[in-house]
Parts: sequence; structure tokens; C-alpha cells
Amino acid sequence: MLEVKGAGFFTSVQDLGRFGYRHLGVPVAGAADLLSARRVNGLLENPESAAVLEMTMQGPVLAFSEPTYISYSGAPMDIRLGGQALEPDQVYAVPAGGEVNCGRIKKGFRSYLGVKGGLLAPLVLGSRSYYSPVTEQRKLKIGDEIGYTPCPEYTPKILKWSHADHIKEHLLQAFPGPEYDLLSQKQRELLFSQEFSLAKEHDRMACQLNELLPAHTISMITSATLPGTVQLAPSGKVIILMCDGQTTGGYPRILQLEENALSVLAQKKAGDRIRFRSSGY
Amino acid sequence: MNPPPFRIKPFGPRAVLLEWPSRLELEILFDILGFAAYLKKGRLAETQWEYVPIYHSLTLISRDAPVDLDTLAKALRSWYESYPGPESIRTREWELPVCYDPEFGLDLEQAAETLQMSPETLILKHGAATYRVFGIGFLPGFLYLGGVPEELRLPRKASPRARVPGGSVGLADRQTGIYPQDSPGGWNILGKCPIPLFDPQRDPPSFIALGDSIRFRAVSRAEFDLHRIEAEVGVYDHSKKYGNARG
Repeated sequence: MLEVKGAGFFTSVQDLGRFGYRHLGVPVAGAADLLSARRVNGLLENPESAAVLEMTMQGPVLAFSEPTYISYSGAPMDIRLGGQALEPDQVYAVPAGGEVNCGRIKKGFRSYLGVKGGLLAPLVLGSRSYYSPVTEQRKLKIGDEIGYTPCPEYTPKILKWSHADHIKEHLLQAFPGPEYDLLSQKQRELLFSQEFSLAKEHDRMACQLNELLPAHTISMITSATLPGTVQLAPSGKVIILMCDGQTTGGYPRILQLEENALSVLAQKKAGDRIRFRSSGY
Repeated sequence: MNPPPFRIKPFGPRAVLLEWPSRLELEILFDILGFAAYLKKGRLAETQWEYVPIYHSLTLISRDAPVDLDTLAKALRSWYESYPGPESIRTREWELPVCYDPEFGLDLEQAAETLQMSPETLILKHGAATYRVFGIGFLPGFLYLGGVPEELRLPRKASPRARVPGGSVGLADRQTGIYPQDSPGGWNILGKCPIPLFDPQRDPPSFIALGDSIRFRAVSRAEFDLHRIEAEVGVYDHSKKYGNARG
């Protein structure tokens, strides 16, 4: 059992996401930075669908009642196992009673902590990803207990990987969205030439950008949206839907991010700069 | 040979969007439902593909492999040729209880005043119409309902509420519907439905499907409480006691 002694700023259990319920309005959820979550599971030789902890800005304090192996990846953070400082992208043994103390993220926005075999948070509609109200909980709180299968003996095949390089990236590769053709020449040019910065309003649902494009009066009938759909509100506000994003929307879908671009974006915080780069079909 | 009535657009590396003519028509909705059902039968299996039909579009999302647009578009056109039409589609009609008491109907009086009718008339007219589910989305279990009578159309509230209680029945523009959970919202709140529209402990978590019809039945506060308790303990029965599901 993993006991939560300190919750951190916003920590949640995430896997690859919840599939097959979007037609009922259920967002996919899952790790915001799937590249990092996959790295953690790769290092621990877990199935890629194993659930990990997604830690935002400030990590949690965790007590492990049984022996296991852990690894973390994504944004580099101050993290200690007992007195030992942990490096990202490495596998460490945790003894019974071991305490992992996660501090602040130093660069980037989200870190992922994996446990050998994966975390056994409740499986709801095919996924362990926290998303309220589908799951009871939205984030960890002090006193929570999350199960895992103890693993006293394990010889990792991979001891260490080079660090994730998408944390430093600021280019977001994007395909034209279904309403891209409705944009004016000016809007299209600005979309790809302008540098944008993340607004304060950014979370697992959506990421707003500070800089506006020229306003528009395009009206459309509500249609499906996906994680990575870039919407343009009538005011010219650019909104990028993230993993917990609504499944349908009525704003023009001007771009659709490549999947890895979502991982790049998931590591940005308010004020960080990004640019869009065009990908062709 | 007629071309299919939809346009096929790429939607990122894993999805395609099929767009029928942009009109809010039952005929289009049923064609989408019928074609989706036809595709699910051994053509684009639901284990590999997610279907998001809403209003005049159908989005197909591939779970694992990226989409090869040309191959898929060609297959979709050819499948539409052999698709027999939406005749086999069955929908149901649901009657949902709504309590319009002032405790729940936060904007009932104001809405009635704007529409220049009494609150009683507004309740009658809201309950007399049959609404069609043109989409489920935005939030888990949120229904996009079409069919609001012309005389009940009123604007959204000037400033949205930070928190509308889950179950609230709202009215704005051409839409009426139920907030499935507590959320911010700008609709005019007329009342509250005691039956949760989304229950993640059930699979499927929503009993209402696209294309179904909804009617609202005004209930007293006492009946509201009764149905809420029935729903909580899982004995609220749409089909038998209240004669709700048909067809």
C-alpha cells in the first residue's frame, strides 16, 4: 500500500486514458505528458497501460508499506528516497516502510512517478485515470491509500535512460483542423509566425494562450473535439484542449496537435512561450 | 451513382470527420446513426474505433493506429453505397421528472417575465414539448436537446453562475437541458431533475442515447424527494412504474 502523507500541489493517478465513452461525453483523461509516462513504465518494464502518478509543480510525500521499485521521469524535480536524492529516468529499490519525498519541479510542469507493476487505483470504465465525476477523486489528498503489488526482487534490464528532451522543446507540431480553411489569410499567417505564451488559465482540461488572433464571426454547429484540438473563440482567444478536455465544442477547430506536441505543451507553465509548426497530412 | 451526403475531412493523425450538410434535421441525425451502426457491424469495430456522432457530424477516432486517410475515405464511400439506410434504428422516449419549485427554479420567475407569460404557463409549455437528443458531450452525460418551441427562446443570463447545481434544468437560446454535475453555467434555471443522467458505476453509464426523445413531467417536491431516493438506491424504474420508455 502506498500512503499519501502529503498531497502536493495537484497529484493524480493516470494511465493511457479512458476509451470508448467519448460518445457519452466522457473525456479521455490519461497522462498529460504521455511521453514521460511511457518512459517511466518502459524503465520499470511495466505494461504501457500501467497507472502512474502525475505530479504538478510540487510533488507529494509517499510512504510505501511493501518493497517495490520506482522510477520518475518528465520535469526534473527535487525528490528523495529516505536521505538519497533521486535522478530522473533511473530505477530505484524502495524498502518496506520507505518514504519518498517529492519537492518542487525545477524545470517544466509535470513529473511522473511509476511503481513496479503499476498503481492499482480503482478501475472505472476501463481506466484508472482520475477524472471527477467519473472517478470519485480528482486528485490525491492526505491519508489516501493506493494499492500496488509488492515486488521484493527485481533486476531492471535498463538502469538508466538519457533524460527526456521534449521538456526543452517549444515548437508544437500541428495539422490543420477541420475549420482551418475558414481562417483569413492574416489569421493563418499570425498563427504560425507569432510567438504565443501560456495564460494563467491552463490545466488538464484546456490551455489558454495570452496573445489573441484577429476576432472572427465564424459560426458552426457543435461537433467533436479531441485532446490537442486548438479552438479559436470569437474574441480571437486561442484555446488548446488537453487530455481532460470537453468531448464536443462549438468553436472553430483551427489546428490539431500531433500527439507528441501535447506532451511538449503539458510541460509548459503560465508565461512559457510556444510556437505552432505546420504538419501536412 | 450518388455521392455520399457527407464530406470527409482529416482531423489530426488519428481521426476523420464526416460532415453531413450543416442543418439541424432529424433525417440527417438518423442517417448518421444508421450509418454508424452499419460501420460498427464488422467494418470499423468499436474495439478499435470510437464514434462521436453529434448534430450533423460523425467523428471516427482510431484507438491505436494512425489513420490512412485515402484508404479510409475510399472505404467509407463504398460502405455508404452498400448501407441500406437508417430504417432499423430504434430510439426510445424518456419522461424525466422535474420539480419547478422556486428552491430549484432559480430563474423561473425572471424567465417567465422575459417571455411575457406566467411561471405556470412556462412550466406547462416546457413540459408539453418533446425534445430530441442531437448529441451527448461537453461533460459526461450532458445532452444537447433540440426542439425548444419558438415562444420559449430566451437569451442566456448576462453573467453566468459560478456554480449551477447538478440536475438543474436550464433553458437558453434554442437549447434546454440538464446540468449533469455541478458546473459553471449561463442558462436560465427552471427546475431540477432528481434522476442522475450519468452514473459511472453502470456500464453504459448513461441510459439515454443519441436520437432518443425526452419529455419533462412536472412533479411536486414530495415526488422529487421520492424519485431522488429511488435513484440513489437504484430502484427508480423508468420503464415500468412511470411508463417512460417506449419503442
